[in-house]
Amino acid sequence: MGFFTGLFWLAVAIIAAMAAGWVFRQAAIAVSPKGVAKELRTAPLTASFGMLMIILYILAAFFAPVIAPFSETEIVGREYQAWDNVHLLGTDNLGRDMMSRLIYAARNTVGIAFITTALAFLLGSVLGLLAAVVGGWVDQLLSRAVDVLMAIPALIFALLLLTIIGTSVINMILVIALIDSTRVFRLARAVAMNIVVMDYVEAARLRGESLWRLITREILPNAMAPLVAEFGLRFCFVFLTISALSFLGLGIQPPTADWGSMVKDNATLISFGDITPLLPAGAIALLTVSVNFVVDWQLHRASGLKE
Amino acid sequence: MSDKDILLTVKGLRIEGRSDDTWSEIVKGVDLTLHKGEVLGLIGESGAGKSTIGLAAMGFARDGCRISGGEINFDGIDLRAASESERRDLRGKRIAYVAQSAAASFNPAHKLIDQYSEAPIQHGVMGRGEAESDAKDLYARMQLPEPNDIGFRYPHQVSGGQLQRAMTAMAMACRPDLIIFDEPTTALDVTTQIEVLSAIRDIVEQFDTAAIYITHDLAVVAQMADRIKVLLKGEEVEEADTRTMLSNPTEDYTKSLWAVRSYARPEQPPVGDGTPVVSVRNVTAAYGITDVLHDVSFDIHPRRTVAVVGESGSGKSTTARVITGLLPPRRGETLFNGEALPIDYKKRTREQLRQAQMIYQMADTALNPKLKIRELIGRPAQMYLGLNGKALEDRTRDLLSLIELEPDNYIDRLPSELSGGQKQRIGIARALAAEPQFIICDEVTSALDQLVAEGILKLLDKLQSEFSLAYMFITHDLATVKSIADEVVVMKEGVVVEQGTKSEMFQPPHDPYTELLLSSVPEMDPDWLTTLLKERTATAT
Amino acid sequence: MSHIWSMVFQRLALGFLTLFIVSLIIFGATELLPGDFAQEILGQSATPETVAALREKLGLDQPMYIRYFGWLSDILRGDFGESLANGQPVADLIGRRLGNTLSLALYAAAIAVPLSLGLGILAALFRNSFFDRFANASALTSISFPEFFVAYILIFLLAGREGLFPSISSFRTDPSFTEYLHRAFLPALTLTLVVTAHMMRMTRAAIINLLASPYIEMARLKGMKPMRVIVKHALPNALAPIINVVALNLAYLITGVVVVEVVFVYPGLGQLMVDSVAARDMPVVQGVALIFAAAYVLLNLTADVLATLSNPRLVHGR
Repeated sequence: MGFFTGLFWLAVAIIAAMAAGWVFRQAAIAVSPKGVAKELRTAPLTASFGMLMIILYILAAFFAPVIAPFSETEIVGREYQAWDNVHLLGTDNLGRDMMSRLIYAARNTVGIAFITTALAFLLGSVLGLLAAVVGGWVDQLLSRAVDVLMAIPALIFALLLLTIIGTSVINMILVIALIDSTRVFRLARAVAMNIVVMDYVEAARLRGESLWRLITREILPNAMAPLVAEFGLRFCFVFLTISALSFLGLGIQPPTADWGSMVKDNATLISFGDITPLLPAGAIALLTVSVNFVVDWQLHRASGLKE
Repeated sequence: MSDKDILLTVKGLRIEGRSDDTWSEIVKGVDLTLHKGEVLGLIGESGAGKSTIGLAAMGFARDGCRISGGEINFDGIDLRAASESERRDLRGKRIAYVAQSAAASFNPAHKLIDQYSEAPIQHGVMGRGEAESDAKDLYARMQLPEPNDIGFRYPHQVSGGQLQRAMTAMAMACRPDLIIFDEPTTALDVTTQIEVLSAIRDIVEQFDTAAIYITHDLAVVAQMADRIKVLLKGEEVEEADTRTMLSNPTEDYTKSLWAVRSYARPEQPPVGDGTPVVSVRNVTAAYGITDVLHDVSFDIHPRRTVAVVGESGSGKSTTARVITGLLPPRRGETLFNGEALPIDYKKRTREQLRQAQMIYQMADTALNPKLKIRELIGRPAQMYLGLNGKALEDRTRDLLSLIELEPDNYIDRLPSELSGGQKQRIGIARALAAEPQFIICDEVTSALDQLVAEGILKLLDKLQSEFSLAYMFITHDLATVKSIADEVVVMKEGVVVEQGTKSEMFQPPHDPYTELLLSSVPEMDPDWLTTLLKERTATAT
Repeated sequence: MSHIWSMVFQRLALGFLTLFIVSLIIFGATELLPGDFAQEILGQSATPETVAALREKLGLDQPMYIRYFGWLSDILRGDFGESLANGQPVADLIGRRLGNTLSLALYAAAIAVPLSLGLGILAALFRNSFFDRFANASALTSISFPEFFVAYILIFLLAGREGLFPSISSFRTDPSFTEYLHRAFLPALTLTLVVTAHMMRMTRAAIINLLASPYIEMARLKGMKPMRVIVKHALPNALAPIINVVALNLAYLITGVVVVEVVFVYPGLGQLMVDSVAARDMPVVQGVALIFAAAYVLLNLTADVLATLSNPRLVHGR
């Protein structure tokens, strides 16, 4: 394949993506209530495309059994069958339908990544907010503990912990949630610290407000925008880490369909110029790019409002 | 003066600013003529467009602004038609700029003298050695201490007033024909301001440099400018030479600006049995290990306003933090109606918290941006007085009426939908909602324009007589003290220098520091600075 | 001046304390296990004798702190114990591979750091231009890609039928320098692509953050050229954030190296670690994790000290 042909197809893909984004944005504006529609108008094409993709992934995850032509684990053909009318994307190293596994993997990989992120977030943001508001030794204790945990690179730490407790999906979720909650803690604490020094928080303290009300009414509403953006970014990190672990054979275990291990299992095809193994990798990349585009738009909006 | 002497002409200048992808006009057709060696004062409240016009005189527009119409002609050069590199050649060399905050406008990474030499060297006016010796000479003329060495310091090693003078010296480096002074003394304390003003005036006279002097302070511009132009919302109100403008303004807007400074409330007679509402007793307090308050004592009586005055670092806000219980003192205590309050606010009862409320300087950071007015001012009433439902709604509306905001119109707004003065009124309503006996007002008017500030002062005054409130009024501005105080406490470096009733304080004899503070407040008389400097030299020798 | 050195000293002390605690965690992690580690390794079918033998071999019958200091002093002498899988000394297994991993990381950093700093400065200079937008979008895209995706795309494009570069970089004998550069090109390029975008984006952001400062406006009002404004006025003040970003990304290389080594069958520490995790070969995993963590801590420490030294307010006290 010539370099320029590649470039040509890349350009076609980008234009198609932007067109899809545009169509989606117009449609979304048409069906949304007024307030939402006004916000959607500010979305750049990249973000519109991102939202469209995220919705498609969610649909694929929910309706996997309906959409997928074959079962997730059943062997339906020979190994490494080429693309044809029955098996649209061929079969994998064991003879399972590639297309069906790709769709089911949306459910498995994305679902697990989402649960993990939610756990990490719950733990990290609650402790982070608490540390900022209460301060004193609570803050010192939590912050120093997080410092130490963050002194070990995430993937290495995950590998170490998985060696000890063994590789299983539950273990992986717990380990990654723990490691990533330290990053969420840092951000939540930093965001809350900036809010805690505001005069209105001082006024609320002097009024004699309870800790609960201080956090829920005074701090959380003002910390929402960066926290939501962080959720998106954190999801990407978690998703990539899980994929990497699965790729290394230490994450989601067979026969469950999962994009990371699908790449690993079928990687040999690439040397023969077959792009099939790139599809699950591309599926991962496409989702993270989409989330990043949407987060970037939201962050940009938040910083624009501040000026 | 003849037309030959004209240095700068601006005709029909229009400048647009961008917000949310739409452009709106912020300067709407302003004309300006400046002769060689002349100083023009541009005066106006925030949003008048004075800084924008000043920068436009250099052919410069900030990011997010653009010059959309009119002519700018500097000494025969059409700045709008000139290329960017031609304009760059003028900047720093023939037109220089002195910014409001010298501390922020010097690059923290380079020594003062390197920043001084940059323009002369880059514009090819002089070499390194020449620039350095020239810098030392100018530093001396600007009356900077140790002029031969001060240039080799970094900006953070030099005080604010000195930095501002060093910046003026830097602007002079290429001996420009025109200097734009953009509020050069606004960030300084009054006693420092005088030194900078006199240094700026001397050097401008010595080199016969023309200048545009931008400020919101009438008394300051009166000392500096030959002519004054008054601006309002991007348009010219009027222009005249300084003495005429001061003694005989023609436009109503100008007259109202002039009149603000004469607002004064008569001193209130004391009420009650003589027990002070709040009594600060021998307070010594520290941040970390350094004491910032030393043995501070004063009383605040019912229905009276005590103004606590001092420059930055005097400890006036720290005193407020001690009273509210945010900063427990090392020694001393605060009495409330004769009873000692717990020193930590966390240990105070809800009733004790209710009785002392606070209004903040920056209404922007004092109101939670995500809460509606309804909750912002309703919350204290709900908490302290147990109001709910209809009763709470009625009370909230009453409070809005009290602060002269139409309830139907404002009750469901967010703070971002209010102007600066309105936000400050909400801050007042929130304090009132607790039905306190005592309110601390921390520089409540210093972030506001003069006319708006006057409205706030009048409102506070009205509420005081209506609800028999006692105020502690923290301020650095002696004009504010004159207009509303009953008693004055002067602080310096954490110590109470002098205290007494307003009539005592504004009559001699004074403590030397009070004297310095009082005499340093600029007056509207154009000869004030000259006379003052003469007097000070006379007493010094 | 003495102030700054005491500050640097404090950072160093804190860094070594962190290192100590990290070693404690890496060692202590095995203790968190609910059951008996020896039993766990050998499985339920193991006889009590073999379990006991393994316990003794691992020293599990001694109190924890004695084992920790024994372990630590062994490591400081270069003895990382023996592999459970094949009985070889861990130090031998690690030795060669450590050099390989370091040279790969260095290879990637040598391309990525100058490239991304240069691009970041250019993007800041031409902000909001087409170049800037394009750079920004591609940065967002490339940080979203899993390393193995980038790696396989490169293999597909550059190692497939045209075969410009080998897709497998294992080498038995010592390669010459140029041969090494050729063989390790694809893994190094993968790592470069993964970190460059982020570094560039953060460099740009660090500079642009400062462009709104009054002293930058002052420099422009003194008639300085745009390039001089960026290089002379913005850059010296952006050093601290930039140093931190570079350190963060170099540290990220450490993590990225694991996946990339597996894709390219590169004989480095990452490969070794992944194999050992699957085999639950604890001494090897501990040894490799300790080396990675130490590199990470030292890197961050260096950045911290350099960032402190780049702040004129701290270097030239009051």
